[in-house]
Amino acid sequence: MSTASRVAWINDSYTKMTKYNFFSRVNWGRFSVVAVPYLWLAIFFFIPFVVVFKISLSEAAIAVPPYSSVLDWNLEEAYITVKISLSNYLFLLEDDFYVSAYLSSIKVAAISTFFTLLVAFPIAYLMARTEGSTRALLLALVILPFWTSFLLRVYAWMGLLKKNGLINETLMSMGLIDQPLVMMQTDFAVYIGIVYTYLPFMVLPLYSALEKMDMTLLEAAEDLGARPYQSFFLVTLPMAMPGVIAGCLLVFIPAVGEFVIPALLGGSDTLMIGRVLWDEFFLNRDWPMASAVAVVMLIILVLPIMLIRNGQGKEGAA
Amino acid sequence: MTSPQKIDPSNIGEQAQIKLPSWKTDAKPFVQIENITKKFDDFTAVDNISLDIYENELFCLLGGSGSGKSTLLRMLAGFEAPSSGRILIDGIDMAGIQPWNRPVNMMFQSYALFPHLTVNENIAFGLKREGIRGTEVKKRVAEMLDLVQLGHLGKRKPNQLSGGQRQRVALARSLIKRPKLLLLDEPLGALDKKLREETQFELINIQDELGVTFVVVTHDQEEAMTLATRIGVMNHGVIVQTDEPHEVYEYPNSRFVAEFVGSVNLFQGEVTTDEPDTVCVTSTEAGGVLCVNHGISCAPNQEVHVAVRPEKVRISEQRPDQPFNCIEGNILDIAYMGSLSVFKVKLPSGKEVRVTQPNINRESGGRFTWDDKVFLSWDMDSCVVLTS
Repeated sequence: MSTASRVAWINDSYTKMTKYNFFSRVNWGRFSVVAVPYLWLAIFFFIPFVVVFKISLSEAAIAVPPYSSVLDWNLEEAYITVKISLSNYLFLLEDDFYVSAYLSSIKVAAISTFFTLLVAFPIAYLMARTEGSTRALLLALVILPFWTSFLLRVYAWMGLLKKNGLINETLMSMGLIDQPLVMMQTDFAVYIGIVYTYLPFMVLPLYSALEKMDMTLLEAAEDLGARPYQSFFLVTLPMAMPGVIAGCLLVFIPAVGEFVIPALLGGSDTLMIGRVLWDEFFLNRDWPMASAVAVVMLIILVLPIMLIRNGQGKEGAA
Repeated sequence: MTSPQKIDPSNIGEQAQIKLPSWKTDAKPFVQIENITKKFDDFTAVDNISLDIYENELFCLLGGSGSGKSTLLRMLAGFEAPSSGRILIDGIDMAGIQPWNRPVNMMFQSYALFPHLTVNENIAFGLKREGIRGTEVKKRVAEMLDLVQLGHLGKRKPNQLSGGQRQRVALARSLIKRPKLLLLDEPLGALDKKLREETQFELINIQDELGVTFVVVTHDQEEAMTLATRIGVMNHGVIVQTDEPHEVYEYPNSRFVAEFVGSVNLFQGEVTTDEPDTVCVTSTEAGGVLCVNHGISCAPNQEVHVAVRPEKVRISEQRPDQPFNCIEGNILDIAYMGSLSVFKVKLPSGKEVRVTQPNINRESGGRFTWDDKVFLSWDMDSCVVLTS
C-alpha cells in the first residue's frame, strides 16, 4: 500500500468510525422503553435484596436498627472493618425447626400446585374448546373472583369451613354426619385456600397453551389408533406443557412463601416459612435471622426455576 | 396415465385375457357407500351419496370448497357420523366404529404431525398404539423412511423439515399400520407446483407398490387427472359424475363437470337434427350449426349446450371446407405461454371463445395478431352435447 492510499484509507475509516459511532447507533427510544422496567426492578427489587442480604450477614443487636453493622469505617483513624457473620445461616442448617419449616412449605406448595393443576386443567380445556361468547363468559368467571378482595375471599372460606359453618350445617341437616367435621385449622383448609386463590394463575397459562393447539392433532392420534385417554397423555398434555410449567411456577412460588392463608385457615401445627419469617421479624425482632430465612427461601425458589429455564432453552435450541 | 389396464402390446398374446380394472368387473367393492347423508343443522353437506370403491383403486373426490368432499372423507375416517345411510369397508358396517378401531388411516391436509415428537416417533406412533415395540418398530419405521426417501431425517423434529419433507413424513406415518384404505385430504395442496408434480408420481408409485386403496380429496382437477384411476366430481353434496379421468374430461355429463374439469367453450343452441349417429344443434350464439357424431337422449327443439375444449379447436385464416362446426370471429386477445398460445376469439354474437394451439414450431405463436379475422373449426367427435 502506498503512503497516499494508506492515508486515504485511514481517513476513510475515521469518517466511518465517527459516522457510525456507538451513540448514533443505539436506538434510544427502544432503549428507554426497556430501561424503565429494569430500572424499576433494580430500585425496588435488587437494591432491597442486597440490603436484606447485608442484614442477614450481621448479628442481632439491641439498637436501632436492631442489628450490628457489617461495614465500619473511621476516616480519621483510617480503618475499615468488614464483619461478616455466617452464624445465621449456620443456625438455619443446625436447627431442625427451620429445615422442617422449609420442607413443610415446599410440601404444602407442591401438593397445592398439583391439585390446582388438576382443577384448572378441565376448566382451561373447556375454555379452549368453546367458541365466541361462551368462551368470553368462562374467561370472565375465572377472572371475576379477582374483583373482590383476596382477604375477603379467605374469610369467606372460614365461614364455609368452620365448625358451625355452611358445609357442616348442611351435611348435619341432611343427616349425613352427626358430628361436625373438623376442617378449619387443618392442612386441608390450607390446601383449599391455596388452590382456590391461585386457580386463575393456573387456568390462564394453561388456556393460552391449549388454545394454540391444532385440533387435527387429536384426530391424527385417534386415526393412528390412540384411544381418547392415550391422545390426552400423548398429545394434549405434551402440547400443553409450556402452560403447565408456567402455571405451576406461578402457583408454586407464591405458595411457598404464603403467609395469610396458613395464618387464617391453617392450624398451629401448619408450619410454613412465611409464618416463621413473620415471627422472626415481629415477635423475635431478629432482623438478621429473618433476612437469612428470606435469602435462603429465594435461593430455594430461584434455583429450580433456573434449571427448568435452562432445560427449556436447550430443548428449544436443539 | 395410471390406469392399471394399460398393457404392453407385445405381451397381449401371452396373456390369456386382458385384466379389466376391478370397477369394470363384477368384483365385490371394497368400500360401499350407501345413501349417505350428512346434515349440519339445516345445511346438508353430503346429500344421499352412493358410491362403490374397489380394491387397489386410487379414487379422487374432486370438487370445490363446500362441495362436501371433505365431509365424505371424514365420515370414512370416522370423525363424522352420517345422518343417514351406511358405510361398509371390506364388507363390515362402520356404524358406531370409532376412528381408532377402523382399518383406515388418513393423511391430513395440514399433515397434523406431532410437533413434540421426532420424525421417527411420529411415524412409529401408530405402531406403538398397536402394542408393537422394540426392533419391529425400528425395522418398520426404517422401511417407511426408505419408502418416502427420508432415511437420514429420522431424528429431526417436524419444524426442522421443509414442506415437501413434512408431506412425506405424514404419508409414511399414515402408511405404517398398513391400512387397507388410505384417505388423503388434499395431499399435495401445500406444496409448490414443481414439487407437486414430482410428488404426484411418487404417490402413484407408492400406491402401486403397496397395493393400498387410496381415496384422495382434491380441488385441483389436474391433480385428480394425474393421480386417479377414477374421479368422482362433487357439487353441492352430490357426486355428479363418476368415471375415469379420460371419460370425465372428454365426455362430461353436465355443464358443471365440463367447466370444473379443465376449461371449455359452451354454446347454447337448439337441437335441429336428432339421429342415432348425428345430432346437430343450431346455435345463434356460435353463429352456425354444430354437430356431434354420437347420439344423445334429447328431443328436437330442446335447449342444449355444445361443449368443446379449447385445445380441440383449430384456428385458420381461410374458411375450412366443412359445412358445420365452423364459426368465424376476430382475435380479441393472444397469450403466448411458451409451449402453447391461447387465443381469445370474439364471435359476432359477442361470445368469447378460448382456443389453445401448441406452438409446434418457433413461428407458430406469431401466425395471428390482434383483430385478425379467423375461422374456428373442430371435428364432429371433438365436442359433446350437454343437456344439463
